[in-house]
Amino acid sequence: MAGEFAIEMKDVLKQFVTPEGGILPAVDHVDMQIQDGEFFSLLGPSGCGKTTSLRMIAGFELPTSGSILIRGKEMSQVPAHLRPVNTVFQQYALFPHMTVEQNIGFGLEMKGVGKAERAKRVAEALEMVRLPGMALRRTKQLSGGQQQRIALARALVNKPEVLLLDEPLGALDLKLRKEMQLELKTLQREVGITFIYVTHDQEEALTMSDRIAVMNKGRALQVGLPEEIYERPADKFVADFIGETNFLDGSVLGQSGSTVEIDLPGCGLARVESSRTFTRGQPVTITVRPERLHLNEPFENGNNLKGRVEEVIYIGTDTQYGVRFSERHKVRVREQNATQAQKEIARRGDEVIVSFTSASPRLLTE
Amino acid sequence: MLNFFRGNKKRQLFGLISPGALWILLFFNLPLLIMLFISFAERGRTGGIASPVVYTLENYKQFFNACVSQYAGPQCDPFLYLGIFGSSVRIAFVVTFFCILAGYPLAYFMARQKPLWRDTLMLLVIIPFWTNFLVRTYALKTVMSGEGLINTILMNLGLISAPLEMMFNEFGVIVGLVYGYLPFAVLPMYTSVEKFDHSLMEAAADLGAPPSRAFWRVMLPMTMPGVIAALVLVFVPVVGAFITPDIMGGGKVEMIGTLINRQFGVARNWPFGSAMSLILMVLVLLGVIYYFRSSSEETRRAM
Ligand SMILES: Nc1ncnc2c1ncn2[C@@H]1O[C@H](COP(=O)(O)OP(=O)(O)OP(=O)(O)O)[C@@H](O)[C@H]1O
Ligand SMILES: [Mg+2]
Repeated sequence: MAGEFAIEMKDVLKQFVTPEGGILPAVDHVDMQIQDGEFFSLLGPSGCGKTTSLRMIAGFELPTSGSILIRGKEMSQVPAHLRPVNTVFQQYALFPHMTVEQNIGFGLEMKGVGKAERAKRVAEALEMVRLPGMALRRTKQLSGGQQQRIALARALVNKPEVLLLDEPLGALDLKLRKEMQLELKTLQREVGITFIYVTHDQEEALTMSDRIAVMNKGRALQVGLPEEIYERPADKFVADFIGETNFLDGSVLGQSGSTVEIDLPGCGLARVESSRTFTRGQPVTITVRPERLHLNEPFENGNNLKGRVEEVIYIGTDTQYGVRFSERHKVRVREQNATQAQKEIARRGDEVIVSFTSASPRLLTE
Repeated sequence: MLNFFRGNKKRQLFGLISPGALWILLFFNLPLLIMLFISFAERGRTGGIASPVVYTLENYKQFFNACVSQYAGPQCDPFLYLGIFGSSVRIAFVVTFFCILAGYPLAYFMARQKPLWRDTLMLLVIIPFWTNFLVRTYALKTVMSGEGLINTILMNLGLISAPLEMMFNEFGVIVGLVYGYLPFAVLPMYTSVEKFDHSLMEAAADLGAPPSRAFWRVMLPMTMPGVIAALVLVFVPVVGAFITPDIMGGGKVEMIGTLINRQFGVARNWPFGSAMSLILMVLVLLGVIYYFRSSSEETRRAM
């Protein structure tokens, strides 16, 4: 059906009363539409309201105001056990007094699925998470990674409309985490179930998601494709949170068509492409990724700013240069170490030229 | 001296255990042995035991087949004492059931409070421990007796015309015992419920379990060790209780405890009292052992 989303949050507000007696908007008037079959991530720093959003969708928390629609049906006041969604909890929350089989079969049992059918589907689910033969184990007898998979199987076996995952890989070590990221992504494609994935790891969100919502202080700042969020961050917070970036403060001198001329006090002029219209004198911030800046390769039609190298950091695949233009302006430049020679582009204290095309940066206004 | 223990695990263990073992020996096992000895003796004329000591099995026989000498010869009733024992067990089960039924929600309620409130409630549960049991039971009597608080209020409100008989019957004894032993049920269940990870209830709800099923399938099984501890802690002392049945039953409700108490008091039959105490102890012990044998591996390990 057109216009029907897997999940739709409409102007959702959730206020908590803090122990000090104040009122905290943990989720602050959020609007979000999540499409069917999408791998959708909620990304943001600790305390930004990701878990609270997820818990409201699952039904563990009721919104103060606003509505939550699951498959077009208003569900914000429906108790958790009646919602067609399942959750993979951060600490897994497996039932320790039950075997793996009983854990995975719990949801089916509640739905009244018969014993034989249940056993069959549990076995399939174990197969799916690549843990066959574990059915009779106790959950305490499993490693963290295995418990994670059981939690996943326990949720997916119910074939929910939407699967909610709250930092499901948070407790795993880095290597296992990377493996599971790929596995989860593959699994999601295979089963075709909508995933809402909570993480505070921007790299994880970028690599796994179809779309990402970046949250801060209870607000959804930007919702978009990973490349949109990376290339065209909506504001300073998003730009800073997703990957590394540089900020250069200045003010608008003039605009001709899509080219905006910006005065960066103390280090000259910069030209930046933008589809928006600016007024003369308007304060703006240029944001540009370190890998879009180049050292000592002046562009004929680009921006070339003079500065002095303050630090050189060798990071293996890349070398990062800290270059200062003026009292207020400093950038980090990333150069790939494709050949040995590139290691020695500049040393500390050298005068260098930092270049970037007019299409590389984004202009942010307050 | 220290060299004796050095490098020898067995000797170290012995050294560590012996003070505690000595304590138990002196204050628990020795009195029991004395009782065992008395139970095989004949009663003395004014209490105590007859000397010179005559060893006999008569006291034990008496319990399983009570005989009273009558004019027409001995009159025997094998179920006199066994019947009282049976009704004590029945009363103890009823009391334990209500203690758990009332204690579990209370323990749950306490465990879900904020720390400050929780400690206050805990204190309120513990305070009765500091008050004399006798005083508490008499206090309850003033509430439940014929001219007691409840009856006075109900009469004044015109809800009843004659006082309810809430005392000097089994009902009164059961209420008194539930009141007296409730804290013993609340404390172990509180410990279990407090340890229970509440996110498991959310997980159950998430998987489609309505609250009642989540309770039966997840919360109750996981807090079972506390319930079992409560069961044992209430059942065992209540089977042998004598103060409450005495006061609340007013001599009309006989329990094994009141019977034993009487042997050491007015009946002046220490040997029979000792024999009954030991029989009670052995039967309760067998019951508890049987219970643990038949309960699941899981709960046994949790205890
Ligand atoms: N039950 C509650 N009572 C009061 N405040 C709460 C409650 N739950 C969450 N909060 C507050 O709401 C805010 C958002 O919390 P939330 O758990 O949603 O953050 P999060 O984005 O999931 O963070 P993290 O990445 O650390 O898990 C936090 O400031 C938190 O302290
Ligand atoms: Mg969280």
